[in-house]
Amino acid sequence: MTKAAPAEGQPGDRTDQRTELVLGALSAAVLLLIAFMIVFVFTKAWPSFSHNGLAWFGGGGNVDEQLTNIFNSPADPGDYVYTLHAWPLLYSTALITGGAVLIGTALSLLSAMFIVEFAPPWLAKVLQPVIRLLAAVPSVIYGLIALLVLVPFVGNDLISGDEKESVQFVIQLDGTGLIVGVLVLTVMISPIMIAIVTDALRSVPRGWTEGAAALGVNRFRALRTVGLRAARPAIVAAAVLATARALGEAIMLSMVSGSHAFAPNPLDGVTFFFEPALTFAAAIVDHADELSVTPSGQTIYAFAAVLLISSAFLSFAGWVARRSMRKYTLAAR
Amino acid sequence: MSTHAQTRPAPGLWERIRGNESWSIGDRIGVGLAWGAGLLLCAIAAAIVLYMLVRGLQYLSFSDVFSHPLPGLGETGGGFLDPILGTFVVAMLGTVIAGPLGVSIAVWLTEYARPAWLARAVESGVEIVAGTPSIVLAIFGLIVFQQSFFSFLSPTGEGATPLGRSFIVAGAMMSLIALPLVVGATREALHSIPRHVREASYALGKDRASTIRRVLLPASRRGIGTGVTLGMGRIIGDTAIVFILLGATLRFEPNGGLPGWDLLTGNGSTLTTYVFHNSPAGEGGQPEKAYAAAFVLLAIVLALNFAVDMITRGRGKSWTH
Repeated sequence: MTKAAPAEGQPGDRTDQRTELVLGALSAAVLLLIAFMIVFVFTKAWPSFSHNGLAWFGGGGNVDEQLTNIFNSPADPGDYVYTLHAWPLLYSTALITGGAVLIGTALSLLSAMFIVEFAPPWLAKVLQPVIRLLAAVPSVIYGLIALLVLVPFVGNDLISGDEKESVQFVIQLDGTGLIVGVLVLTVMISPIMIAIVTDALRSVPRGWTEGAAALGVNRFRALRTVGLRAARPAIVAAAVLATARALGEAIMLSMVSGSHAFAPNPLDGVTFFFEPALTFAAAIVDHADELSVTPSGQTIYAFAAVLLISSAFLSFAGWVARRSMRKYTLAAR
Repeated sequence: MSTHAQTRPAPGLWERIRGNESWSIGDRIGVGLAWGAGLLLCAIAAAIVLYMLVRGLQYLSFSDVFSHPLPGLGETGGGFLDPILGTFVVAMLGTVIAGPLGVSIAVWLTEYARPAWLARAVESGVEIVAGTPSIVLAIFGLIVFQQSFFSFLSPTGEGATPLGRSFIVAGAMMSLIALPLVVGATREALHSIPRHVREASYALGKDRASTIRRVLLPASRRGIGTGVTLGMGRIIGDTAIVFILLGATLRFEPNGGLPGWDLLTGNGSTLTTYVFHNSPAGEGGQPEKAYAAAFVLLAIVLALNFAVDMITRGRGKSWTH
């Protein structure tokens, strides 16, 4: 789009240039801020990475003990302890985020299809504020309800005494753990996906659906094979946004996911779902009071650095997804 | 989620051909699952609202809302007047910073955007800020405001290094989570103003700056309002930044002697950290207080949401007649 511009050489020209300069400088300040953020966080985190090398991302040992040792390291900067093998955190983060995004995608696609095609008009009208409400509830309230309602239920009724005994020398199963974390996180990230997918499904050209109907397929088949396929780029973009949100969720997960740096083991059968997990973001919250101790602080900033890299990567992935969307007629917001 | 009358099949399309199409078992299950998902969402929302309403009315008392928390962190009793005021202070500080900054960025991006590479960089920069977890913003803020350059903004610890924790610090970092919402809503509003409105203003001899000030900004009032209100809701609901950037105290703890300024550079708490502190995950251990405070928090957030509805309603006013 070519922009309309006022003719040059008018009396107000000077102020105009000044305004442009000021506004441009303010905008560029955002870039400066991001640069500062990356530089500051990585400078602070560097000792933790450089002492461990690639083993930082590897497994071995108990992360909780390693963090305690780092916290209790001698006062002399030369003797600081940095040893950390953060695999359980990395694995828990991937597990909880991945689980929530997978379930959330399925839930969002189904509910978006429901809103667009199957819901009676009054129900579709009710669902709109319902989704807005679910998106607006603060994470600490989700955490509070989960902790006082879901966790006791899971801990007392779903986990059997045998299961608790079978792992009692390694971890405590008290109801906080993987499954509660994943389910509550799913409820938290779904609304944003539903909003995006619903918009995309609504903008599927009418002729496409009518064409499918003319071929004799039913409403569900038409929506699934034509609507959802046309909305694919929007679905990818929604999933990316939801992943970013899930990755950064700290408070709720630190409340309900067990706060125990443990890597849940799928080989444990059903117990796997009840085992505690600790994501990077939740680890920062749990260890926030150790920030003032230099080596602990540097380790925690290393967690933040990993999160920063992941979210920057996700922004990039979202950009790529939207770029590929230009090929389609469906522009998703 | 507006309705696009043009792109949906005409009502009655499926009714007209009913009986001609075939329904396999898989399709029937699919429809069932879609119904299930929709109803599940309604059930979850209803459960949350009703549960909070019951618990809130059960535990909330007027004396709680108007009394201070007890000074000791482990003591039971006390109200949450300070956290409520703290929530408003942080929300105000955050929006006061994010509002003008966000509007400036949006105006520059839509009206100037020169050079193009810088505009594209700023655009993705705003997106990166939006994608950064608030816990990362929080501890980034901690490093920045612990520099001795910023020692006037927060209480100082030993050796005159600032602690990097105060209302003003928390508000500054909070503005970053509201910023993308303000930029997004304002840009959308500016984009919806057709070009001939700008051209009319230029034809009257106005330059860009005064067109923006006198024509474009007044016309995008609603969009700006929506963005700022949404941002305020985000700020009020955020726990991580307050948890890191306001000291471990429930009461207001002013810093220094200047009235007003001592509050802003001092410490305190907000409703979110009060709830967190009194949940079983925190040290307070008063779940009934947590419920009461969470009820107040939810009421504020829902009221803001309602405000957004009121602002967006009547937005249908169009430029083309």
